[in-house]
Amino acid sequence: MRHTISVLVENKFGVLARIAGLFSARGYNIASLAVSETMDPAISYMTIVVEAEDEKILEQIKKQLNKLIDVITVTDFTKKEHVDRELILVKVACPAKDKARLEAALKKYVAKIIQHKGDTTIIEAVDEQEKIKGLLEALSKFGIKELVRTGRIAVGY
Amino acid sequence: MTGAQILLECLKREGVEVMFGYPGGVVLPIFDKLYDFDIRFILVRHEQGAAHAADGYARATGKVGVCIATSGPGATNLTTGIANAYMDSIPMVAITGQVKTFLIGNDAFQEADVTGVTRPITKHNFLVKDTVDLARIVREAFHIASTGRPGPVLIDIPVDVQQQDIEFIWPEEVKIRGYNPTYFGHPGQIKKAAKLISSAKKPILYVGGGIITSAAHKELKELTEKIQTPVTMTLMGLGGFPGTHDLSLGMLGMHGTAYANHAIMDADLIVAVGARFDDRVTGRLDAFAPGAKIIHIDIDPSSISKNVRVDVPIVGDAKNILGQLCEEIKKAPDTSDWLKTVESWKKKHPLAYKDDGKIKPQYVIEQIYEATKGDAIITTEVGQNQMWACQWYKYDRPRTFISSGGLGTMGFGFPAAMGAKVGCPEKQVFDIAGDGSIQMNIQELATCVANKINVKVAILNNGYLGMVRQWQELFYKKRYSYTTLYNPDFVKLAESYGAVGIRVTKKEDVRPAIEKALAIDNTVFIDFHVEPEENVYPMVPAGEAINRMIGGMA
Repeated sequence: MRHTISVLVENKFGVLARIAGLFSARGYNIASLAVSETMDPAISYMTIVVEAEDEKILEQIKKQLNKLIDVITVTDFTKKEHVDRELILVKVACPAKDKARLEAALKKYVAKIIQHKGDTTIIEAVDEQEKIKGLLEALSKFGIKELVRTGRIAVGY
Repeated sequence: MTGAQILLECLKREGVEVMFGYPGGVVLPIFDKLYDFDIRFILVRHEQGAAHAADGYARATGKVGVCIATSGPGATNLTTGIANAYMDSIPMVAITGQVKTFLIGNDAFQEADVTGVTRPITKHNFLVKDTVDLARIVREAFHIASTGRPGPVLIDIPVDVQQQDIEFIWPEEVKIRGYNPTYFGHPGQIKKAAKLISSAKKPILYVGGGIITSAAHKELKELTEKIQTPVTMTLMGLGGFPGTHDLSLGMLGMHGTAYANHAIMDADLIVAVGARFDDRVTGRLDAFAPGAKIIHIDIDPSSISKNVRVDVPIVGDAKNILGQLCEEIKKAPDTSDWLKTVESWKKKHPLAYKDDGKIKPQYVIEQIYEATKGDAIITTEVGQNQMWACQWYKYDRPRTFISSGGLGTMGFGFPAAMGAKVGCPEKQVFDIAGDGSIQMNIQELATCVANKINVKVAILNNGYLGMVRQWQELFYKKRYSYTTLYNPDFVKLAESYGAVGIRVTKKEDVRPAIEKALAIDNTVFIDFHVEPEENVYPMVPAGEAINRMIGGMA
């Protein structure tokens, strides 16, 4: 099962390597990882989506993260009220004749066309991962040429 | 002050009396200042020896051990010793030189990404990029190494950072916002634990290195006697509870005593203190102590519920928590029947070996025990020698048994003995070695002789890599693949370094040789030609439940 964890860390070089090293050394799987500065430039915010078979492994992941000296706090969103989003950029095959059909398909989602050139359209979408999944299914009918996603970011209430 | 001066000044203020190490290109500024600085320096013959010596010093004294090496190969040679200290939670600060800051990443001469290499084997590490940060980093390093669950911390210092001249400011306070170990147990959890203990019928205390780290031996003894509960120790816990005490069951696990293993498997309550349910202790996990509730006390939350399900977790320092528990327990459990059962196991399955007139390694260790009156510091290498040292010497005090537990590093015992002797010069220090292990760091003979660090080494010479051979005998149809050793003449070898060598080939010469070695004011190698194919028993085959022992009288 996938779990979203946020980690506040010291914004020092090597911190990302410590986190990544911890996951690889202990055999945990990262589904996605997003890192950025916070309002305080000394602190970075990481949203990590982890794959954990059971509660025991999830607990270990949190404890091991907490053990790192450069980790300030670890928050598990599994049972916490929170909002999460992911941004995707997707390149879709779309000849001019299909454009109207594509625009109609996008209406159900928080998505917009960024660029339309020749037979290719670049779309941007921001939403929860379930909705993104739905959008990608809808777009696959047109033919997805390339997909880039940020991975999930989350914030608690 | 230059960075090099600042470093040494900080080390001194941290209470460092001695360092083990080896010079090289990018630590020259530090060594230049060390030349007339008031810290004792022990020049080893290989950096691995420096790391193990610092480790042995830390284990014997409880202080932070310090080692130093140059960049590249100097630093990578330290890594086995650092990993060893990490696995056994030993406070150590390793200092390495690094190429100039502007050369980092350029594949410069003797450059290695040492903070990268040591990231998974240190509690924390630092690359000092600016001399201004140096004093703070040294303080943080010592703080991190010695508090919470201790461990090694590495400081990588580029040579230009050592040379830069700045004003020295000693940081009075250490504050690390991401690091706040818990020292006292949660009162609610203590209450729950006390209740479980009071109502237990067949309780057992299972204690590890945490007892020694937190100096909880007095509190442990007090609690044990109050609740009349047998105590079994991990390899790391030996000495944490007196081995000669009636309630001691000795070591448990793969080569533990049969009675300790039976007792923990049959217990209805396990009180684990500063131990981590390692695979060598639990054997087959799903068959481990099926009827037992578990109270787990540890300062590291990640050790709890890692391997076994725990009923009452208590995070904190063992000394504090055992004190809190002792106070909280109003009614001692009735363990009289349980103690009778345990006693019957002790009588039925004692540790034993067959005495057939040849030199048995177990006999050698018994004789060392008697000759030193149980008062020596014993270090070990890894393998059969180590297991026999666990079984046949009785450790009554903490910090008297020094052995590579988690990592199982051959070549640890001799340099560790050297470090222990430097830390405790008034003690006899004996390394119980095998003929394989001793050759992994034998070059430190020169260090011992040159610095008059007089340690005694008992080589249990069986001409084999004994433990691997034992497994080959038992599980690989006696196909002794590359476990037969060609050895040097250990007596001549010791003599060539200016140490003393004694060879023993007859049983009746064992005790006199030990007495003689103890009386000699020099490092002594005693080459005991022991029974070549003697096995360590009892033994739990890997992956079996720990009451399924083979061999010996089990």
